[in-house]
Amino acid sequence: MKTRNHLSHVGIAHEVNIISNGLIDIPMLQILSQDGVVHKEAVEPELDQETALKMYTTMQFTRVLDERMVAAQRQGRISFYLASTGEEGATVASAAALEPQDMIMSQYREQGSLAYRGYSTEQFMNQMFSNEKEPNKGRQMPIHYGAKELNFMTISSPLGTQIPQAAGYAYGQKMAGEPAVTICYFGEGAASEGDFHAGVNMAAVLNCPVIFFCRNNGYAISTPAEEQFAGDGIASRGIGYGVKTIRVDGNDVLGVYAATQKAREIALAENCPVLIEAMTYRLAAHSTSDDPTGYRSKEEEAKWQERDPIARMAKWLVSKGWLDEDANKKEVEQMRQEVLQELKRVEQVPICKIDELVTDVYAEVPPILQKQLSELKAHIKKYPEAYPKTAGRID
Amino acid sequence: MGERSLTFAQAINEAMHLAMEKDPEVLCYGLGVDDPKRIFGTTKGLQEAFGEERVFDMPTSENGMLGIGIGAALNDMKPVMVHQRLDFFLLAMDQLVNAAAKWFYMFGGQRSVPITIRLMLGRGWGQGPTHSQNLQAWFAHIPGLKVVMPATAADAKGLLLASIFDPNPVVFLEHRWLHHQEGNVPAGWQDDVLGKAKVLRTGTDITLVAISYQVVEALRAAEVLQSVGISAEVIDLRTVQPIDWATIEASIAKTGRVLALDTGALTCSVSAEIVARSAEKQFSLLKTAPARIAMPDFPEPTSYGLTKSFHPDARNIVTQACKMCCVTEIEKALNSLTVPEHHDVPGEWFKGPF
Repeated sequence: MKTRNHLSHVGIAHEVNIISNGLIDIPMLQILSQDGVVHKEAVEPELDQETALKMYTTMQFTRVLDERMVAAQRQGRISFYLASTGEEGATVASAAALEPQDMIMSQYREQGSLAYRGYSTEQFMNQMFSNEKEPNKGRQMPIHYGAKELNFMTISSPLGTQIPQAAGYAYGQKMAGEPAVTICYFGEGAASEGDFHAGVNMAAVLNCPVIFFCRNNGYAISTPAEEQFAGDGIASRGIGYGVKTIRVDGNDVLGVYAATQKAREIALAENCPVLIEAMTYRLAAHSTSDDPTGYRSKEEEAKWQERDPIARMAKWLVSKGWLDEDANKKEVEQMRQEVLQELKRVEQVPICKIDELVTDVYAEVPPILQKQLSELKAHIKKYPEAYPKTAGRID
Repeated sequence: MGERSLTFAQAINEAMHLAMEKDPEVLCYGLGVDDPKRIFGTTKGLQEAFGEERVFDMPTSENGMLGIGIGAALNDMKPVMVHQRLDFFLLAMDQLVNAAAKWFYMFGGQRSVPITIRLMLGRGWGQGPTHSQNLQAWFAHIPGLKVVMPATAADAKGLLLASIFDPNPVVFLEHRWLHHQEGNVPAGWQDDVLGKAKVLRTGTDITLVAISYQVVEALRAAEVLQSVGISAEVIDLRTVQPIDWATIEASIAKTGRVLALDTGALTCSVSAEIVARSAEKQFSLLKTAPARIAMPDFPEPTSYGLTKSFHPDARNIVTQACKMCCVTEIEKALNSLTVPEHHDVPGEWFKGPF
């Protein structure tokens, strides 16, 4: 029988000691200043020009996509969209620090990470139009991406559920002895869910190689961070759960890259979770169903416009002599054209055949679902004019 | 392969050993899987045989615990999560309903969640409102989940093996009063299928469709019904999602009478589904209105005295079956049923606690 002592690390005090919030200083790693200059005291992470430019153009692509798709939603062409404006640095730079075999379990504002992995404009469009070319077969809301071949798990709308799942996935990676980790993205609002606390604690207890990446963007829809928690952000919680923790400027791509690279190294070498709190700002609305003008000021937004991660990285790239600004302008224009063209083209792609309604509920379609499907098909065949999208799609 | 007499709990333990030997991707985890009592003996010897990486205790959080298992299952593992109380597992409904049941569908069949969730439910002295709920109908209502409720030791083993190797998420519900029941269990590997009911006793006058512990009461009732000239067919449903309609319908076609027996509350129960379906599909074959016996729609009390008559048993089944078969002389039959000294313990041997 084991003999345990859960007081072994506890010292003794002889007066009432109040341990208050803020006693532990958790500074924010910043390598690139707001002006795009590497701080004198900072160590610039090793980044080659090709990787740096890929990060930069992926951020630009993400912004172009966001602008265009918010407009498409406003025109009634897709049902829903959720932009990541202002947070591209956090998502793209963290994805850049990973290896392709690492699993990504995201929240829903990480289109930058997915784009970095190589998800194409066509794939983005197929997903948003939920058509027959989309592997999720029209069963996920727009922007709830998933790509098995890119090791990007499909997205959950209920908040925080991916946090313990990421720990479990990483537990499997550890058992299989793979040189791979799981990264789990979520916002500071989702970190209030029970799943955050359970998932982070369990990952620590079970020694799971997972990176918990919190985008603290200041808002959970309209709820500001100050109404979300009274503690020192999300980083302080990592320490409470015995998890190695880094706080980083989420709009500094070099900081995010260095932090994630280090987190990955630790998670893999020590089989343990690492928590990163990336301090950023959601310049966009929460989604196309939200209007932030009712709950925050233009002045506040303007302040964060100045901290834009794309503009900041551009200054650094120019200082390195790595960015040809004229060529880049043309490239961005090409991105716009491609997004527009793919939008128009993919809009015409038909939806899945109606038989797909009952597949994948179970590994085999049970008799009761077969029966319900045939009843539906018979009904549509009887009234085809009422089902213009599906009537022609029945075998 | 020979057969031996094992308890239901021993049969589950044997299935766990077989599954973990067969496949290194089978995990067993949950609160107390490695504690001295080993979940009523069902996880006995597993950690010693398969190590702490595959058999492990968990921090206390049901939702998180299930999330961990779902993540591992998405990564091709076959986790068996164990939770001693269905009532406490309700904290995990989000992970169960929104993730485990939906991921395969929402990811276009690209990643499945082959997890088995063993939950204990039941009844018994002092258990009260939040230790006694039989919520099989909740789980059976969720597309994507399979729900298994074995009643015999042999089925506990066979169905647990089938559940662990089923590609879908399975909720495996064990009635606490069955853990001590003995029965013949084949040695070695046992092939079984989910979604197939068993006719445990053939009859021609009435079909008793029972689940879980009610199978025990149904068999007792059938014996007594025989003595008053009623030939009862007893179907052990075994799986409540999917339900084996073919077996039920064939039996009703023969008897023309159906009485569904449930361990859960009456309203919106599994027994309600059976009654509804028989009325919809076999109305013209029915000689009398289909009926059901289930728990009342109020929570189970804690007080010993108040639980008397809360749980319907063989006496209620005999009374209802006689009514449906127009047999009025039932006193003798009822008197022949032995009445336990204590109404709310699983047997005379029981010294508690649950």
